Amino acid sequence: MAQQLTAPQSEPMVRMEHIDKTFNPSSVNEVVLFQDFNLQIQKGSFVAVVGSNGSGKTTILNLLCGSLPADSGKIFLKNREITKMKEHRRSKFIGRVFQNPAAGTCPALTILENMALADNKGGSFLLQPGVNRRRTAHYQEQLAQLHMGLEDKLGIQVGSLSGGQRQALALLIATMTPIDLLILDEHTAALDPRSSENVMELTRHIVEEKNITTLMVTHNLKFAVQYGDRLIMMHRGQMVLDITGTEKSQLNIKDLTEKFDEISIEDGN
Amino acid sequence: MLDIFIGLVQVVLREGFIYGIMAVGVYITYKVMDFPDLTVDGSFPLGMCAAAALINGGMNPWLACLLSFAVGAAAGAVTGLLHVKLHITDLLSGILVMTALYSVNMVITMKRAVMPFYNLPTIFSSGLGGMLYGALGQWGWVLMALIVCMAVKFLVDLYLKTRSGLLLRASGNNSQFVISQGKDPGNMKILGLMIGNGLTALSGCVLAQQKESADIASGTGMVVMSLAAVIIGEALLGRIRWIKPTLTAIIGMILYRACLTAAMQMGLDTSYLKMLMSIIFIIALVASRIASGRGTHNGTAVNRTTI
Repeated sequence: MAQQLTAPQSEPMVRMEHIDKTFNPSSVNEVVLFQDFNLQIQKGSFVAVVGSNGSGKTTILNLLCGSLPADSGKIFLKNREITKMKEHRRSKFIGRVFQNPAAGTCPALTILENMALADNKGGSFLLQPGVNRRRTAHYQEQLAQLHMGLEDKLGIQVGSLSGGQRQALALLIATMTPIDLLILDEHTAALDPRSSENVMELTRHIVEEKNITTLMVTHNLKFAVQYGDRLIMMHRGQMVLDITGTEKSQLNIKDLTEKFDEISIEDGN
Repeated sequence: MLDIFIGLVQVVLREGFIYGIMAVGVYITYKVMDFPDLTVDGSFPLGMCAAAALINGGMNPWLACLLSFAVGAAAGAVTGLLHVKLHITDLLSGILVMTALYSVNMVITMKRAVMPFYNLPTIFSSGLGGMLYGALGQWGWVLMALIVCMAVKFLVDLYLKTRSGLLLRASGNNSQFVISQGKDPGNMKILGLMIGNGLTALSGCVLAQQKESADIASGTGMVVMSLAAVIIGEALLGRIRWIKPTLTAIIGMILYRACLTAAMQMGLDTSYLKMLMSIIFIIALVASRIASGRGTHNGTAVNRTTI
């Protein structure tokens, strides 16, 4: 495989080892998704994951974040086993942006309050003042990168922002404190084409600037080709395609679409 | 005639402020946390009974207020633990604790339905309250109720701006967001229920001190009354930006008490009081739904119409 072509100094940030996962076990709806599934993600890489519905791509994210437990197998983040760690504890190391723009931010709170909470991620939430005014300039600086004019609207409720604005803010919030892994869960799927492009460009900017290891699940094959240095195609719980390096950079959307259609037809959808 | 009217205004305001403390508590569970908490029907008489027992035992009335808050908070914690740790539904958790509290209250009052503590120092008869009553008579009591209610409102407003308060607001709004900040939303739920029921018990404690008596049956209808206050307040004043929702809940409670008092004055038999409480609540709920349907900016508000 082309894996050897990646930078030799790289070490795995994420390791999923011998993962088994069955949904609705011993019922008529039983679905055996993963059997001895293995995945390694190198530090600093930006992995795009595509696949049809039910292929297991979102389950990978849920297992990594701890929203779903694995039946067996082990998960490591930066050589530390997190298999049994609770979801909210993993949040200290993992940032996540969801498909639904409402999930990554708090609509009833202001932009300032949302950012102040994110700024304190993993810290203590006691009776200290909720918003530290001295950090306001820093928040404005961060918001200015979005080019949406939000830096002048710190006091407005996030619920009144558009989906694209909320998703951009969610991206800032997820990466506000240093994290080991950024998870993008179809984070552009609910946006219009123009906002999707903006949010993807912003994603690239933030990921490159902060050099965050990133795992992005997407339905958008164009984005999967255009962004990231590794592409994985999932099908029925298995990686049917895993390309990196030059092979990835030479990949074109036509080849990928053909490959995708191939497996989709096989599945009858 | 005017005397009677002024007397009624005094009662409405005094009780509005006292029950308003509970309305602030229910605002936290119902609006901030999005949790329909029925524990309130049990934690209100719990506060009353605790006040009676403690003051009969010779405790300082202000200390009795603090302890009542604490026992109410403990009741809220049990509801929260049932819901979060044992995965019992929100409504059922509240009903279970409310029912169990009836026995707790019986134990506190030593099986008496009414537990008086006449002529003992209360926050209304001693210290500042006694001075105000001496100087202003009935208005002194109104003022005392106002002071306690505003102190509670001020503290709650302050709390909601702390990190813990912001996270509490976030947890009712988007529990995934709380997880993303590395905190367990279940713990925030328990905390919110503790504050809500603590304030409810405090409200009961203050009412008992004003009446110098605790009534074990006083809990019936407290949930309905507080929810109605929160909903009426929000429907009427929710759009005015500078009025905080804690204040709208208190004003809602005063209006609600005014409706009840007016109906009683017009000759409604007291047997129909609880019926009337439900009917006003239904009207408030339907009216607020119609109003928010016409409204322009209600998209983000937690608008739970099925309770």
